[in-house]
Amino acid sequence: MEDLIEIRWHGRGGQGAKTASLLLADAAFNTGKYIQGFPEYGPERMGAPITAYNRISTSPITIHSNIYYPDYVVVVDDTLLESVDVTAGLKETGAIVINTTKSADYLKKVLKGYSGSIYTIDARKVSMETLGKYFPNTPMLAAIVKVSKIMTDEEFINDMKGSFKHKFAKKPEVIDGNMKAIEMALKEVNKIQ
Amino acid sequence: MSIRERLSGNEAAATAMKQINPDVVAAFPITPSTEIPQYFSTFVDNGQVDTEFVAVESEHSAMSACIGAEAAGARAMTATSANGLSLMWEMIYIASSLRLPIVLSLVNRAVSGPLNIHNDHSDAMGVRDSGWIMLFSENNQEAYDNTLMAHRIAENENVLLPIMICQDGFITSHSIENIELESDEEVKKFVGEYHPKHYLLNDKEPIAVGPLDVQSYLFEHKAQQAEAMKAAKDVILQVSKDFEKWTGRHYGLFEEYKLDDAEIAIVCMNSTAGTTKAVINKLRDKGIKAGLLKLRVFRPFPGEEVAQALKHLKAVAILDKADSLNAIGGALFEDVTSSLYVSKNFVPCVNYVYGIGGRDTTENDLEKVYEDLQEIAKTGKVENPYRYLGLRREEK
Repeated sequence: MEDLIEIRWHGRGGQGAKTASLLLADAAFNTGKYIQGFPEYGPERMGAPITAYNRISTSPITIHSNIYYPDYVVVVDDTLLESVDVTAGLKETGAIVINTTKSADYLKKVLKGYSGSIYTIDARKVSMETLGKYFPNTPMLAAIVKVSKIMTDEEFINDMKGSFKHKFAKKPEVIDGNMKAIEMALKEVNKIQ
Repeated sequence: MSIRERLSGNEAAATAMKQINPDVVAAFPITPSTEIPQYFSTFVDNGQVDTEFVAVESEHSAMSACIGAEAAGARAMTATSANGLSLMWEMIYIASSLRLPIVLSLVNRAVSGPLNIHNDHSDAMGVRDSGWIMLFSENNQEAYDNTLMAHRIAENENVLLPIMICQDGFITSHSIENIELESDEEVKKFVGEYHPKHYLLNDKEPIAVGPLDVQSYLFEHKAQQAEAMKAAKDVILQVSKDFEKWTGRHYGLFEEYKLDDAEIAIVCMNSTAGTTKAVINKLRDKGIKAGLLKLRVFRPFPGEEVAQALKHLKAVAILDKADSLNAIGGALFEDVTSSLYVSKNFVPCVNYVYGIGGRDTTENDLEKVYEDLQEIAKTGKVENPYRYLGLRREEK
């Protein structure tokens, strides 16, 4: 289990963090991995902070608890940074990926000296330019794949093409936009120095 | 050849039901098992099954409809959780005493109150003496496999008892994981057709089902139910053997994980067993001889076999995901310790009530249990055999 990768997602109800964690599980599954994708259910409602998790490994996963020491954290909504301890337990060898346009200084301050890698992406911009609406989960999914290197960009793009074709069988007009969002997000992820 | 898939525990249970294609499914939605009848109603609507789906107005009616269907000679299934099972309670006893092999998918959740929709085993423990066979499942795979085996066990003429397949609400019911599925044709072949010997709609043999059973008969009928429950053990093993021949996946009355040469062990059921395995692997790397007995068949309780598997240990922790509130310990603890006592084996045992109302059970929690067990193994003393794991307390 030494190759086990653990990811924690922070978002707000309605933003699709749970869906993104399930899509990531799907994509990793399609590259032959053992996967878990599960949300932490609370009294959910639109806008409330939610947490979702992924475990990805090349061997079977038997652990059935929440993730306390993640390798990666994804923050889908930067308004959570001041109210949720998003780096709790996050490994210093890992990374945090945040959907934000805030300054590096601000981020370093709210992340309380987290010494691992910090990545940002403007998922709103990506989403608006490619989909015309604000759906942050698709760009954030691409961002975490890029940062965690769970699979190559090419594997990921090919897999998502298949997934979207299936998922949006009744709405084929949104497939192109989502694929563009993924391709753009893969390029837009930025590491803070 | 198995089919590699990824499904949640609820999807796994619903998929098994689809492949079994029972005559009747009657269900009422309740978290966290809602998705099972929800998915199943989609299968009905899509014409993937030809089941009569009865959208009843309560769980009491769901179980009543299953009883009616089974008595008529049909195969009936349902799914529920927590208070849904509580509302079925009256009919749960009727189903088993009428010897109707109904299959129920129980997605375990805390019984109110106060209101809590999360996982523990208080729903299952409430019906542990109701005459149902009870199988527990560590993950989506086991929930699927146990469901595929359910009818062959329940409908066996030496058994004829209803059966419930348990899995942990949310923890496995709502977690997407890898799973190996079998093909529809193979499942159909394995499960077989249902031809009850006696049934209400048989015009060649008029019978009564559920009439008054007075002083001169009820005792004998209860004893027959008890005999059937005893007989179920061998049938479960036989069906599991056939299942292994087919799929290659092995199932017994319980799973022993690194138990043979263990000095200390945990006994538990459902998803916590998986987390325990991960902890054992870490402890083994440090040279600590830790093991696990994961109970699959809780009813009938395999007392002799459990005692045999535990008798060489220096200390055992029995984990109960339901508090019996009886000032002595949880249900699993009572069953395991009395099995050891009756078989004249003394092993120091300690009970931990844990995971109540969805309290997460972590690797750290389980490591703590093994630490306690090491201490007990050293001294042979159990200061307080009825403990809590993961409970917040005020510091004194």
